[in-house]
Amino acid sequence: MIAEHAIILAVVLPLLAAPLCILLGRGFLSWIAASASVWTSFGLALHLLNRVLHEGTIRYALGGWEAPVGIEYRLDAAGALVMTVVTAIASIVLPYSYTSVRREIDEHKHHWFYACLLLCFSGLLGITVAGDAFNIFVFLEISSLSTYVLVSMGRDRRALTAAFKYLIIGTVGATFYLLGVGFMYQMTGTLNIEDLSQRLLAMSGDGVTPVYETTTIRAALSFLTVGISLKVALFPLHVWLPNVYAYAPSVVSAFLSATATKVAILIFLRVFYTIDGKAIPFEALPLAQTLVPFAVAGAVVASFIAVYQRDVKRLLAYSSIAQVGYMICGIGLATAAGLESGLLHLFNHALMKGTLFLAIGCVVYRVGQTRLELLRGVGREMPFTAASIVIGGASLIGVPLTAGFVSKWALLTAVLAEGRWVIAVLVIVSSLIAVVYVAQILHVMLIRKRPVGSERLREAPLWMVVPTFLLALSNLWYGVVDGRAADAARAAAAALIEEVAR
Amino acid sequence: MTIAVAAVRTKNLFEAAMLFGIFSLVSASFFVVLDAVDVAMTEAAVGAGVSTILMLSTLAVTGFKVRPRPVQRDILGIGVSVLLGGALVYGTLDMPRIGDPTAPVQTHPIAEHYIDVSPTETGIPNMVTPLLASYRGYDTFGETAVVFTAGIGVLALIGRRRRRDGTPVESCEGTDAMGDRHRVLRVVGKQVIPAILLYACYIQAHGDFGPGGGFQAGVVFASGLMLYMLLVGIDEAERVIKPKVLERLIALGLLLYGGTGLLNIIQGGAFLDYRTMAHDAVHGLHYGILAVELGVGITVTAVITTIIFTFAGHMRSRQKALPGEANAAADGGAS
Repeated sequence: MIAEHAIILAVVLPLLAAPLCILLGRGFLSWIAASASVWTSFGLALHLLNRVLHEGTIRYALGGWEAPVGIEYRLDAAGALVMTVVTAIASIVLPYSYTSVRREIDEHKHHWFYACLLLCFSGLLGITVAGDAFNIFVFLEISSLSTYVLVSMGRDRRALTAAFKYLIIGTVGATFYLLGVGFMYQMTGTLNIEDLSQRLLAMSGDGVTPVYETTTIRAALSFLTVGISLKVALFPLHVWLPNVYAYAPSVVSAFLSATATKVAILIFLRVFYTIDGKAIPFEALPLAQTLVPFAVAGAVVASFIAVYQRDVKRLLAYSSIAQVGYMICGIGLATAAGLESGLLHLFNHALMKGTLFLAIGCVVYRVGQTRLELLRGVGREMPFTAASIVIGGASLIGVPLTAGFVSKWALLTAVLAEGRWVIAVLVIVSSLIAVVYVAQILHVMLIRKRPVGSERLREAPLWMVVPTFLLALSNLWYGVVDGRAADAARAAAAALIEEVAR
Repeated sequence: MTIAVAAVRTKNLFEAAMLFGIFSLVSASFFVVLDAVDVAMTEAAVGAGVSTILMLSTLAVTGFKVRPRPVQRDILGIGVSVLLGGALVYGTLDMPRIGDPTAPVQTHPIAEHYIDVSPTETGIPNMVTPLLASYRGYDTFGETAVVFTAGIGVLALIGRRRRRDGTPVESCEGTDAMGDRHRVLRVVGKQVIPAILLYACYIQAHGDFGPGGGFQAGVVFASGLMLYMLLVGIDEAERVIKPKVLERLIALGLLLYGGTGLLNIIQGGAFLDYRTMAHDAVHGLHYGILAVELGVGITVTAVITTIIFTFAGHMRSRQKALPGEANAAADGGAS
């Protein structure tokens, strides 16, 4: 029974654990409830990924109503990969969160915090498994609303303005998405994504133009593109992101940076491959020509801005915008190799950014600061944290033997296979800039000395260091030993391309 | 339309808030014309009632006048707005006309299913209810979770008012004074409230057969409680409806909805497949829909009431700080 319902339980259990946290009312009990449900989801996600890779797409009719009458859950390899990323990161972040949250958030707010974290988590998961365009919107709202709350719980008062700005921009993004879906519904009468992809091929009312060539569908696609790009933080629609990551509590920064934009990228794939791919293949859209330049420009510009940041978390946030550029660039190539590299980078970026933000969280626990100049020599006294930052940073640059290298190499190969030299050069340039900003962090934290007279720091508590270090090691593990992530990405890319061809 | 323009143009925020209320009421009538009675009910209660009060209470804290600001011409902003409007118009060019029977929305087999098959399949005369609570019941579950998130968001960020010893007495005096000045309002209001609450319960229970259901009942019930709060003051209202209880109710409603779904799984069906809940599929559907609608009703009521109480509580603390100005504001709000 569990196997049959795994797909729904993975989403609903954490969603229902959220109200449970409110009823429990205590920080510690809520943390237990949150951890239990998140780990369960992780187990279910691994099971689902395994099944999808062996048996193909899994379907589940909610309420027992077959689609398109009812809502359908539909998990393909790409969805399963993102689902695994989200659940894995959450499972690592939760043990870490207990100590970190106690330091950064007021005691009486803890159960609210865990409830919001669970809502955000289940909202993101709900998107990965949704087979219905409107259901994606509903879960997007759950995850966004809870994100606004989570961000504004940051210690710094600027967290409030950051959250408010994100609220406004995020709502615009969601509204655009809804408008796009509404237009599509007008022209097809359905919300199920597979049904949509069939009905876009039908003839429209005048009997001459097919539905996908009507102005309504074109407008719908442009609204969807802009709306999702806002959520992805694709350059130049990234303005909300730096402050959100910089001022949110450490746990939230780590969780969001590793998951939220990734799920938005999955919505991208849903719209342009699953829904739209049959009618207008991705390469035929003007989008493919506009998206890649924006993505590459973002990778270079955001890396460049990162070099000038004086705050570590802001620096990492700008680097995230650059990394999103790589992913979109891979996807925008519209080849199997490009898609594969984009998806693989999505997985690897979660590992490296997760590591770095968690490690910075350890530093915050001891120092209480994220301004670079105040972190002088911190790494010398916190060896494991420093090691995590070194590994995460190397992976971010794409040094061989790290996970980052594998996906960046895949991206370069895919770009060169298409003969797009300019893009390849720009990707390398942006990687070189990454060397500069990572070196900056390492220089300050490891080579410079602690200010004279400052008291000796201890390593962060075990509950925080162990998850951080494990995640750091996974960067090496997936860089050297384990090729399963790459296999999953390849399968996901192949499935998406096949859908278009069918 | 005229009202919306007026609301944007006016410099007095108080006027703007009232105009928004009227705008919502007009939209509600518009929805009735379009045969969307369920939406109209929600719009009337939320748009015209609850949100107007929220705006007024915010204004009571911030003041009514817009500070004059030099007019800036934001070229980029205008450009984006024009582009957006253009895209919307462009999108409507190929759209089927309103009420066109050949439009895809009408001809798609699921429309037929919803209209022809659903009354016999579910035994529910109001077509909206099975669609909302069963066919797309999972979306409604998600929406309830959204409402839940909004509720706990407000609580987590603004939080309950922290009482210090002695303050409640002081503020009660304030309420009495206000009550004396508005004795007529108070007496009439107390007559109306039971009717509103009863009506809410009717909508809740009757959602299967007429327009209504959890969302509508929740907002109507909450506006009844809000009226009570306006009449007797926030302190008295919080003594009757404990914030702690409201908190629990927010969680309970969502749990009831999700719990129904989990129960369906245990009984061997899919999540939210209510047909497993009784021997007869139609009966099961009825039980299930009643249960989830109740869950929605509880969460919506509790969330809206919580939001209003939280804001009102903060306004009250501010009033104590600035007695003269805020009292004048409260008068404006009440009249």
